[in-house]
Order: sequence, then structure tokens, then C-alpha cells
Amino acid sequence: MSVRRQAGVVLANTGLEVKRLYSDRDDRVLFADLCFQLDAGQLVQIAGPNGSGKTSLLRILAGLSSRYEGEVLWQGKSLLKQRHEYLQQLLYIGHGAGIKAVLSPLENLRWSCALRGLNNNDDKILSALEKVGLSGFEEQACHSLSAGQQRRVNLARLFCIPASLWVLDEPFTAIDQRGVTEIERWLSEFVSEGGAVLLTTHHRLSFAHEFKIVTLGEAANV
Amino acid sequence: MSDSGLAKLVVAVLRRDVMASLRRGSEWSNPLVFFVMVCALFPLGIGPQPDRLAELAPGILWVVALLASLLATDSLFRGDFDDATLEQMLLSHQPLYPQVLAKTLAHWLMTGLPLSILSPVLGVLLQLPAKGMLALMVSLLLGTTVLSFIGAIGAALTVGLRKGGLLLSLIVLPLYIPVLIFGSSAVKSAVEGGEYFPQLAMLGVFYLVALALSPLAICGALRISVDQ
Repeated sequence: MSVRRQAGVVLANTGLEVKRLYSDRDDRVLFADLCFQLDAGQLVQIAGPNGSGKTSLLRILAGLSSRYEGEVLWQGKSLLKQRHEYLQQLLYIGHGAGIKAVLSPLENLRWSCALRGLNNNDDKILSALEKVGLSGFEEQACHSLSAGQQRRVNLARLFCIPASLWVLDEPFTAIDQRGVTEIERWLSEFVSEGGAVLLTTHHRLSFAHEFKIVTLGEAANV
Repeated sequence: MSDSGLAKLVVAVLRRDVMASLRRGSEWSNPLVFFVMVCALFPLGIGPQPDRLAELAPGILWVVALLASLLATDSLFRGDFDDATLEQMLLSHQPLYPQVLAKTLAHWLMTGLPLSILSPVLGVLLQLPAKGMLALMVSLLLGTTVLSFIGAIGAALTVGLRKGGLLLSLIVLPLYIPVLIFGSSAVKSAVEGGEYFPQLAMLGVFYLVALALSPLAICGALRISVDQ
């Protein structure tokens, strides 16, 4: 649980605000005039059919894509002006594998942690792997794990990298039913500790707190 | 950020890439096998006359080393792009420059270094006189590093494209040419018993410029490639 406590320290004044966001792809408007707000202790689910621009939106909000017009504010200031501070608070898990298949979960997470300036924290990594149900698989090459287990390795980053904003693209893909319930519990714990979560999923969330759903693909509304 | 933090970052990236490359095998063995095979075929194609081979050897060794390096370049960022670990690098709050530097050096360690170390053996095969060996090895050690850095710029620019192979060669080959000219000329001069230090010094200049500046271009190119 020490992971959680450390995550708690950096939680302060989380607030992501999207103002009049517009993006298109191949002359097709994905969303226009999109406005919503995500504060600390909240969860926002981005919903919408396939191809409605959910992933594009998350990539914009993670700062990976600049194909948009409008404003994205973080703690009241433009994202572009404080990228460094924003990235310190952000943990983005995209729909890609996020791990090297030839390396073991432990090696993958060591590297992920080192990128975030966290060195020599094998204890945390091992406890994170235990939490996602992968104890016993720490040293096994990831390509020999199942798709769901590989996804869990990627999700283990949630517990070894402190952040106050989680941006998750389809976190439930390939995860079994019990795992889904577990992830929902983790999200709810994180939110009740003051974290903010933005996620896309087609799954009907059963979530202890109230949460907002932003639907893309139709007349974008909140 | 403290210097030790940066050093740890570089070491972590270097270790991970070398480890991944060693486990996959084909990434480091393909260019090496290519280098050995093509060099071994030349005596068969040209004929075994020692003086003729010796005359051509510097050029052959350098051109084949260059092509082997080009062969390995495409995979530099491809794997990380496909498994989305490149996104993690871009979304780290730590500077991208040292990460890219470490990645490219790791790539050189797995391709250029073994090739340079093996080159004297192939020099013997191609009847390269003994006095050219040192120049061959040193010029390849310096030169293949420069080739890796130049190649990394091209790889970063084309990694977002589904079929970037040919484009990559077109971008990278013109930039390879100065390295090839000075590299093979150093070996030639050494074989002829002349002064070869100036050419090596020139390669040294390329080396330092590539080491300092190309990561900037690579970082920019990666951001563009991922931004889609």
C-alpha cells in the first residue's frame, strides 16, 4: 500500500478542462465544440461507437497528438505551456501493448519506472505485479504470457508509477470478468483518494462513485 | 534534474535495448551475417588474384559495412513504435534527448561494434595488407557510429509510415556518402603507406557532431511520427 500513499502526496488541485475542442481525420469531423471538465476525485468515461474518435481524444489529452483546435487546460493553464508539469502527473495507458514481448514483466516495469525517474524500486514493482495477479510470472518473458496477462503487466504501471491523472484507453481489453471487477475497484480507490481518471470503454462500468459519461460520435454532449 | 538521474536514465534505456536485442537475436545477427556473406562472395566473383582484391578491399569492406548498417536501421524505432513503448518515452517528463542517445548507442553496440571488430578477419579474406587493418578498424568504429546516428534520424522520420523502407534509404544514403568517402580513403591511404590520420580526424569530427546534434533531430522526428 506504500505505492498508494506516495501517490497521495502528489495529488493536489487536479483539473483537466477541455474547451471547444475540435478534431477531424481525413476530412471527417470526429468532434466539434467538445467541452468537459475532469477534476480531482472524478472519473469521466468517454463513450461512443468504433471510429468515433475516442482514442484520438485521449491521445490529444495525453499530449501525443496536436491535431486539434480549441483549448486543453490543466489546472487552469494551457497544456502546451506546462507540458513538463503535466507529464509528471499523467499516466497514460494506450491501447498498444506498452511492453516489450522479449523482456520479462520485471524488466519492462523497471524500464518504465526508470523513464519516470524511479530507480531501484524493485519492491514496488514486485508488489504491483502481485496486485495485478502476476506473482510467479515476474521473470518469464512476456511473449509467453497470455494476452490478458500482458495487459495486466501494462496495467501494473498504475501501481508503481505515482500520478494524479490516469488516462486509460480500453483498460478492460482481454481482461477476464473477475479482473474487470478488480480494475473497477482500483479505479474507485484511486478516485476516492483524489485521483482523476479518464477512460474509454465499451463495458458498462459499475462504479461506486458517480461519474460522467462523454459521448462522442453523436452531437457530442456531456 | 541531477546528472546522476540522467546517467541512470541512459543506463536503463541502454540496458533494456541491449537486452531486448540480444534476446531477439535477428536484430544484431542479420547485419553481421550480411556483412560476412557479401564480403565472402567478392573473392568468388572477382577472382582470387591477391593484388586485385587488395586494391578493391577498402572500398568493398566499407560499402558492405555501410549497407549492413542501413539494413539494420529500419528496426531502430520500429519495434518500440509497434508495441507503443515509444509513447512511454515521449510521455516521460524526463528529457527525450538522453533516451534517444542511449537507444542509438545501444543500436550501434549491437550492429556497428561487432561489425567493426570482425572487419580485420574479412580484411584477411579480401587480402587487405596488414598495415591497413588498424585504419580499417578505427575508421569503422568511428564511421559506423556516425552511420547509426544518421540512420536513426531517417528511421525516426519514417517509423510512422507503413512502408518506409525505400524512403528511408533515399533520406539516409546521401548523408552516408561523406562518411563512406573519408572512411574508405583512410584505409586506402594506410594500405599505400601514406598518412591516414587526417581522414580519421575528419571522421572524428563527424562523430562528435553526430553525437551532439543528431539526437535533437531524432527527438523532433519521433514527435512528428507519433503525432498522428
